[in-house]
Amino acid sequence: MKDSTGPAKEPIEGTDPAPLSDRFGAQISHGDIREVRGPLLVVGGAGGVGWDEFATIDLAGGESRHGLVLEVDRDLATLQVLESTDGMSLGGIGVRFDGRPLHVQVGTQWLGRVCNGRGEPLDGGPPVTGTATLPVSGWPLNPVYREPPQEPVLTGISVIDGLMTLVRGQKLPIFSVPGLPHLTLATQIAAQATSSGQSFRVVFAAMGLTHADIAFVRDRLEERSAEKELILLLNAADDPVIERILTPRIAPTIAEHLAYTESHDVLVVMSDMTSYAEAVREVSAARREIPARRGYPGYLYSDLATLYERCGRVKGHDGSVTIVPVLTMPAGDITHPVPDLTGYITEGQIVLAPDIAARGIYPPVDVLSSLSRLMRSGAGKGRTREDHPDVAAQVLAALARARQATELAELVGEAALSETDRSYILYRTLVEKGLFDQARDESRTLEDTLGRAWTALAALPDKELTMLPRVFLDRYLPRSGS
Amino acid sequence: MEPVAEGKDGQVVRVSGPLVEIEGVERLSMLELMTLGPQRIAAETVAIAGTKATLQAYEYTGGLKVGDVAAATGAELSSLMGPGLLGQVFDGLMRPLSSAPMWLTPARSQSTADPVVLAREWTFVPTAVPGTNVSAGDVLGTVPESGSVVHRVLVPAGVYGVLSWVAPEGKVRVLDPIAVVADHVVSLAERVPIRRARPFLARHTAAVPLHTGQRVLDLVFPLARGAAATVPGGFGTGKTMMLQQVAKWSDADVIVYVGCGERGNEMADVLDGLSQLEDARTGDRLIDRTVIIANTSNMPMMAREASIFTGITVAEYYRDMGYDVVVIADSTSRWAEALREFANRNGDLPAEEGYPANLSSELASFYERAGRVTTLGGQSASVTVIGAVSPPGGDMSEPVTTDSQRFVRSLWMLDRDLAYSRHYPAVSWTGSFARDAEELGNWHAANGQPGWAIRRARTVALLAESDRLAELAEIIGRSSLPGHEQVLLLGGRLLRDGVLMQNALSNNDGYCSLEKGAALLDLVFDVVDACQRLVERGVAVASIEEADFGPVLRAREEFGPSDDASVRARSAEVLAALEALQ
Ligand SMILES: Nc1ncnc2c1ncn2[C@@H]1O[C@H](COP(=O)(O)OP(=O)(O)OP(=O)(O)O)[C@@H](O)[C@H]1O
Ligand SMILES: [Mg+2]
Repeated sequence: MKDSTGPAKEPIEGTDPAPLSDRFGAQISHGDIREVRGPLLVVGGAGGVGWDEFATIDLAGGESRHGLVLEVDRDLATLQVLESTDGMSLGGIGVRFDGRPLHVQVGTQWLGRVCNGRGEPLDGGPPVTGTATLPVSGWPLNPVYREPPQEPVLTGISVIDGLMTLVRGQKLPIFSVPGLPHLTLATQIAAQATSSGQSFRVVFAAMGLTHADIAFVRDRLEERSAEKELILLLNAADDPVIERILTPRIAPTIAEHLAYTESHDVLVVMSDMTSYAEAVREVSAARREIPARRGYPGYLYSDLATLYERCGRVKGHDGSVTIVPVLTMPAGDITHPVPDLTGYITEGQIVLAPDIAARGIYPPVDVLSSLSRLMRSGAGKGRTREDHPDVAAQVLAALARARQATELAELVGEAALSETDRSYILYRTLVEKGLFDQARDESRTLEDTLGRAWTALAALPDKELTMLPRVFLDRYLPRSGS
Repeated sequence: MEPVAEGKDGQVVRVSGPLVEIEGVERLSMLELMTLGPQRIAAETVAIAGTKATLQAYEYTGGLKVGDVAAATGAELSSLMGPGLLGQVFDGLMRPLSSAPMWLTPARSQSTADPVVLAREWTFVPTAVPGTNVSAGDVLGTVPESGSVVHRVLVPAGVYGVLSWVAPEGKVRVLDPIAVVADHVVSLAERVPIRRARPFLARHTAAVPLHTGQRVLDLVFPLARGAAATVPGGFGTGKTMMLQQVAKWSDADVIVYVGCGERGNEMADVLDGLSQLEDARTGDRLIDRTVIIANTSNMPMMAREASIFTGITVAEYYRDMGYDVVVIADSTSRWAEALREFANRNGDLPAEEGYPANLSSELASFYERAGRVTTLGGQSASVTVIGAVSPPGGDMSEPVTTDSQRFVRSLWMLDRDLAYSRHYPAVSWTGSFARDAEELGNWHAANGQPGWAIRRARTVALLAESDRLAELAEIIGRSSLPGHEQVLLLGGRLLRDGVLMQNALSNNDGYCSLEKGAALLDLVFDVVDACQRLVERGVAVASIEEADFGPVLRAREEFGPSDDASVRARSAEVLAALEALQ
């Protein structure tokens, strides 16, 4: 349907500044705009338009914006506009539909590039081209093709490697609150992580980060960028909100290609997922959908799952996609929908806590609420070290007991404690200062990490070490005097 | 699916995600399956008004346009069931995943029949005698499968009369005829609609326990065969681990594991884990008694809704052959979310938290398909249903959790605090229930374990008492409690850490026989009694507490899964050591 009211200008070949995707369908411009509401635009006369199609919106001044089709109803198509509808009026707009959902070009050409949240260059380079074109929403991976992840990823960070080992192909989020060093931790993982001695290709998807945070990330990962092992997709806090919906879809699309076609191990960091979810909520509210909890749509679980589930290992392929989402919990509330639904999808969580940060420990991980669910297949004999799982279990159990002893000491005074309880208090200091606390650029070997754990455990009487088999005690427990 | 359309094709007029409206169709019936657009996406009819209809699409609808063709199939959502299901993985519509490509695009086959399975030859062994009268549920013959579950070919429901012909022993394919009853031709496989419960003769009421090998369940919160249980718990509290343990170790004949809107890696894990484990009772691989239905969280949402019913229909199919079947659904919350999603898009008025008003009746229609019955063929068989619930924010007052509790016999509530302190399985002893406990106690008494009910009663009492005392101790201080109460506190700890905790990852502890479970309980009770005697004798509680209870706590891990004798021997050692205390 040719529009009759709008300016109907066809862009001249080659002048489109950054083609977001290959033009696919017939480029008819629709100018019959019926409604503009929040991030939504309703176009009339759009009979042949398919659901979830991508569209380019030409404004009168020559500016282009982009949109995705949320609904087709008779001759109406409802779009969500990625860059916001500010300044749009019902006349003077032309919408060109792509004839298919958004696709991006993928390939190794992405490595070393810095782009915005829609994948358009910010580094002054040409638009990123590639060897294949793929839909950004991806396809579900047939579960029968999944290889259960089991090779450990060593991050050089004791608390993670020792107690919540990351595994190649896992999705392990960092739950934090504003003001804590979650970005420091995420970038440290990105900079130091290796699996079987190999480093990772890193795709960093930033959603709603401040410019200061973005500068920090770029600075910390500069070395990886220089070696062309890093891809930055940056949507800043003052960038278009709805664009954030695309960023964590483009990132895994690029990653899947690098992993399964180019055989790389890829680490995707997505930060901040709370900003992403807020963008989803904004669109949902504009569509007047019935909310589930705290205004978030009922499909948020499935929506997040289509992002996070894009990690893994695939039978017959060498590469892997490991995803580390980072999110800030509003008011530190772990039952808030974003951390809650994330926890229901991911394979464990690393929780950062302000009270631990306040005691001067970096990284401030609350180890009792943190867990790597895949550690059981990635740690132990043949993977890391035979004693690793038992040591981790014992360190945690002892820490839980040490917390009780500390609380008791606050009540009755340390002097009134039993011998055993006092040893737990000493143990806690040793484990926090010796094992958990480390420098922001320090990378420790696993031997070193486990050695530190044993040193702390040695503060406890043997009869308390019920989770460690005799043989390990004989083999690894440091004896005073020997 | 098999097009036998006679009505007029319609066309798409509205697409909003999985909700599709069509116009111009004739003679459409509710639940009828349609195919949409050039990709022939499967969609089910959920509402009809004149020549308009609302459909629920089972694939990603990206690219589907107004004006695309909506073709009727004349059939309901159904799946082909016959030999070859065990050990295989299917999606929510029962389409085989084992033969599907790596990326699941809508372009893949809509057929629920795997071409490999269709072509495969099975050995049919007739057991019925031609010329006799047969009726629905009677066994016509058998087909051996890979494991020890023998596939029984039955006279289909509604069919009866003289068996005029039955195939001789030999090779047949699933759709080949193997018998003629009256005028009805029977083949190995039949097309089964998934939304209708399969008929049976009568429900049984007597309770017979399902042994799961999980101590906290078998000893404290038992489940009867043919009953339903629900497992609510926040993320990471251990629902999946527990259900996988039940899938591995329970003494059922067939397991149907439905992964509904959960992780892909977990499905790979189930497949991998069951393939490697051996069934101690039969010597088969555990996978040979399992059907996996995988509709992971990133697969199309509406197929999740169907997957639960697909799973239970498969279970009934094996029940009708005379087997005890357990259906495991992880997680029913994802299924309820799919219901909600569709209802919302359809503009239905929401009840609680956006869920449609029929949520509880939908839940009931699922859990009520559990039961121990006399089949049409006259056998005793059962479908036991266990569903996980994932309450948002761990809030146990949300609708799916509260509604599910009304329809189940056992509630295994998982507690976040227990899970965070690594007490697994984190089954809360205050929040859980087992409505059939008393009857199952009678069953145990009649079957050689008269002590079962007594042990259970003492366990429940000790847990409650030590919880009460722990609260008191927080206020007045532990040492202000009288000696015998401090011993009860100690006893509570031994019971929790030494018996209720069970390490799923351990070869010795992952499964536990009833006898070993009883021995572990007796070990703790003996120790508590001995300590009480010491206190009475005037031994200081402090010195009792400093004793080494490691041998009690380690017993579950140190001795084999059925080694109750060693546990009882350990009891003697520990008691001797305690007696020596002054
Ligand atoms: N019986 C057990 N023995 C040892 N570890 C356990 C046990 N149960 C649970 N765990 C630990 O808890 C983790 C989480 O368990 P699980 O995956 O079953 O949680 P869930 O309740 O299914 O969570 P979600 O709702 O997010 O799927 C496991 O990965 C494992 O580390
Ligand atoms: Mg789970």
